[in-house]
Amino acid sequence: MAEIKVDVRGESCPVPLVETRKALKKAVSGDIIEITGTNPASRKEIPMAADALSVKIISDEQTAEAWTIRLQK
Amino acid sequence: MTDKATIVFHSGDMDKLYSALIIANGALSMGMEASLYLTFWGLERLKKAGLYKGPLSKKNMLGLGKLMILKRIKKNNVASLDRLLADYKELGGRIIACEMTMDLMGIKPKDLREDVIDEYGAVGTYIREARDSSITLFI
Repeated sequence: MAEIKVDVRGESCPVPLVETRKALKKAVSGDIIEITGTNPASRKEIPMAADALSVKIISDEQTAEAWTIRLQK
Repeated sequence: MTDKATIVFHSGDMDKLYSALIIANGALSMGMEASLYLTFWGLERLKKAGLYKGPLSKKNMLGLGKLMILKRIKKNNVASLDRLLADYKELGGRIIACEMTMDLMGIKPKDLREDVIDEYGAVGTYIREARDSSITLFI
């Protein structure tokens, strides 16, 4: 199982969503994808995409500077 | 019904190309298929080096409005049209160019970005795509 990090800090819609999808496409079943970003809309939408793609959301955290969402394929 | 988005890009306006590509990328990102059907002024955007050549749909002001929006796009770190198009293709998005309007407007396949066009077709091709789509838009 690999852990893939996607850094989309400073990027706005739709880049965080698109980069998440690209990482998910490359990942194999069981891989963890960790996305870190700053765009507020994307934080809401990445879990929506995960639901649509039947991908598990492991965690979703917000710090002062950024949010981090961890998904498992 | 296939989970698919089919978008007719007719206007050729720069801002509307942003909308079309963002929606299409969003659909792909959320696990749908996507087809972009280019006709009339939309074809002009896929001429070589034509991506940014469209006017703004509103407040273009002879290009002044467009310059202001481009400045704000840069400032807000919004993705470039080139990047959105590359992402669209990477995620498996399809591009269809309308043959009838190509003839009408005197556009030859060699005038277009053939590297990103999957198919040349007419209205039947659009209907084939659209009848299986849960999202269809005319932009």
